[in-house]
Amino acid sequence: MDANFFIYKLILIAAILGLSLLVAMYATLLERKLAAFFQDRLGPNRAGKWGLLQPLADGVKLFFKEEFIPASADKFLYVLGPSLSMLVALLTSAVIPWGPSINIGGTEYALQVANVNIGVLYLFAIVSIGVYGIMIGGWASNNKYALLGAVRASSQMISYELALGLSIVALVMTSGSLNLSEIVNQQDGFKWNIFYQPLGFIIFLICAFAETNRAPFDLPECETELIGGYHTEYSSMKLGFYLFAEYINMFVSGAIIATLFLGGYDFPGIDQLGLSQNALAAAGFLVLFAKISFIIFLFMWIRWTLPRFRYDQLMKLGWKKLLPLAVLNIILTGFISLLMQ
Amino acid sequence: MDIYIFYGLSILMIFSSIMVLVSKKGIHSLLYLIFSFFTLAGHYVLLNAQFLAVVHIIVYAGAIMVLFLFSVMLLNLNVESEVPKSLYARLAAVVASGLLLVTLISALKGFDISSTKPIHLSQIGTVENLGKILYSDYLLPFEIASVLFISAMVGAVMLGRKELNF
Amino acid sequence: MKLTNRSKVVSDKNMTMKERLYLPAIATGMGITFMHLFKKSVTVEYPAQQRPFADVYRGHHVLKRDEQGRERCTACGLCALACPAEAITMTAAEREPGEEHLYREEKYAKVYEINMLRCIFCGLCEEACPKEAIFLTKRIVHAEYEREDFVYGKDKLVESADSDKRIDVSIRQTPQVLEFKKDNTKRHNK
Repeated sequence: MDANFFIYKLILIAAILGLSLLVAMYATLLERKLAAFFQDRLGPNRAGKWGLLQPLADGVKLFFKEEFIPASADKFLYVLGPSLSMLVALLTSAVIPWGPSINIGGTEYALQVANVNIGVLYLFAIVSIGVYGIMIGGWASNNKYALLGAVRASSQMISYELALGLSIVALVMTSGSLNLSEIVNQQDGFKWNIFYQPLGFIIFLICAFAETNRAPFDLPECETELIGGYHTEYSSMKLGFYLFAEYINMFVSGAIIATLFLGGYDFPGIDQLGLSQNALAAAGFLVLFAKISFIIFLFMWIRWTLPRFRYDQLMKLGWKKLLPLAVLNIILTGFISLLMQ
Repeated sequence: MDIYIFYGLSILMIFSSIMVLVSKKGIHSLLYLIFSFFTLAGHYVLLNAQFLAVVHIIVYAGAIMVLFLFSVMLLNLNVESEVPKSLYARLAAVVASGLLLVTLISALKGFDISSTKPIHLSQIGTVENLGKILYSDYLLPFEIASVLFISAMVGAVMLGRKELNF
Repeated sequence: MKLTNRSKVVSDKNMTMKERLYLPAIATGMGITFMHLFKKSVTVEYPAQQRPFADVYRGHHVLKRDEQGRERCTACGLCALACPAEAITMTAAEREPGEEHLYREEKYAKVYEINMLRCIFCGLCEEACPKEAIFLTKRIVHAEYEREDFVYGKDKLVESADSDKRIDVSIRQTPQVLEFKKDNTKRHNK
């Protein structure tokens, strides 16, 4: 393995890690600010200008809180839960193409940590193990609310994984590839998948909400019924990890939605600007970032608009509406692509 | 380098498999089992079968074990509440697992490890090849397996209904 | 019975296909929340920014002194009698020789306490006072940590004798008010 290549990958991983953490940090501020604006309030504005230092203050506060492990908790699993949540949230960003390749000293470097052939399946695998952090944490707390939250989380995630997977299947049928960078390249020139798979996009979006445990699917941490849900017993930075993982998940799922359906780093007319290759890569990255920001905004917008589902409504939507719709989508896609040939 | 990864993975796998049996708590056993699935997925990757590795994680670690964990969490598995097994049951278990061991040993005994050529085709585990083989050479077993799954699903739905009107 | 024009007749008829899709309704709701992004915030950033009070706001009481800095209160007890919440208690004492610069009349309130948790800030004490001694002011009664701390004694009620620290209550002593106080038929305290 080339040493340069190795160093480049290390730098890229560090950059993406830092970026995800930074975005997650400021997503917490954005969430609070947007919540305030949607409710005609001002939001946090004491720490720094417009509250820009608020995430730091929150982080410092969480760090200095007492580390408390309940006496009856399973110590190892209690610590494992939040770490696993965080790990899984960060793992997903490895296969996302963040921009067109850049050129350093005559060598091409892709802005992607791992260009695996089965990127879509990798994403799906990570999503499917994402529930373990919540389940283990909820069980290890040895608390009925936490356990109920964990049980809700797992059943919700299993139910919505199916529709999520099936909506991806339809997408893969049109693109004919499981490779994420190839999927992005195919959408080059405003041939975004959202125009070919509108139904798939809606299903995927709804399932993304459910998989990230965001409102209106935030039943695992439903305050009115379960206090804090799976993280009832958690304090200090372990709680911080859980909360942080949610925002990282939001960022990453924004990136996935942008990559799969909104053309990734593509923007109509960006090739005609006559930019050099590296400038094009930077512009592509900014475009992708703008799309992700929009999706994060959408996540928050929906959270402060829609009320939480009731549990049976959640299950009904997942199994009786989304799953048949996703199957229908696959059949329609197959039928239409057969006619097009 | 591959060989070290192989040994590392194998040691982890054997360790976690033993821990599945030794662990006192049901949840711990399950988590060790899930961990051993991950090491198995690592072996698949070493064999260049990325597709199989990922699907293994999706299906086993991501779906089936979550359901297992789900049900074990809700069961209150304590040492006290467990009914001690009778001597006959223990004897039967020993005989059955001993027979399985004998079968495995006899199957592996006549196997000449040097006769298998190490296959290093980078394309062997890709989705394209797997799909082509599944839908040409193994079409019939594949379809039969899917029929089996459908019948299992229908059966589960039937059993899950409130009133059974046969 | 129809109380307001906003009441709506409730019906549980089956939803139409469009309604059961929910997506149009969700879009409408999101439109409403989106419009709120551009609305002016209703927040008053309190310590930095204070809402204007009405001039006749009834808050923290004051026990006035006269021009020479003598307490006006003569411990007649009419305020305590008028108080509907029974928040005022007092102990009267006789003025000793040499205390003429402190108390205006021969009798004064040795102890004068208002329980701010009981007080309903109705202002009837002010109306009952024949000596123009007690007034309600625009000041806010602050939060305390203990219940006992809400019983305000003379230390918190009597205004400072310094002429520049006096509390202006001229807004509550307009000619109309004084006229009103003279007319016994209009009094709240009967």
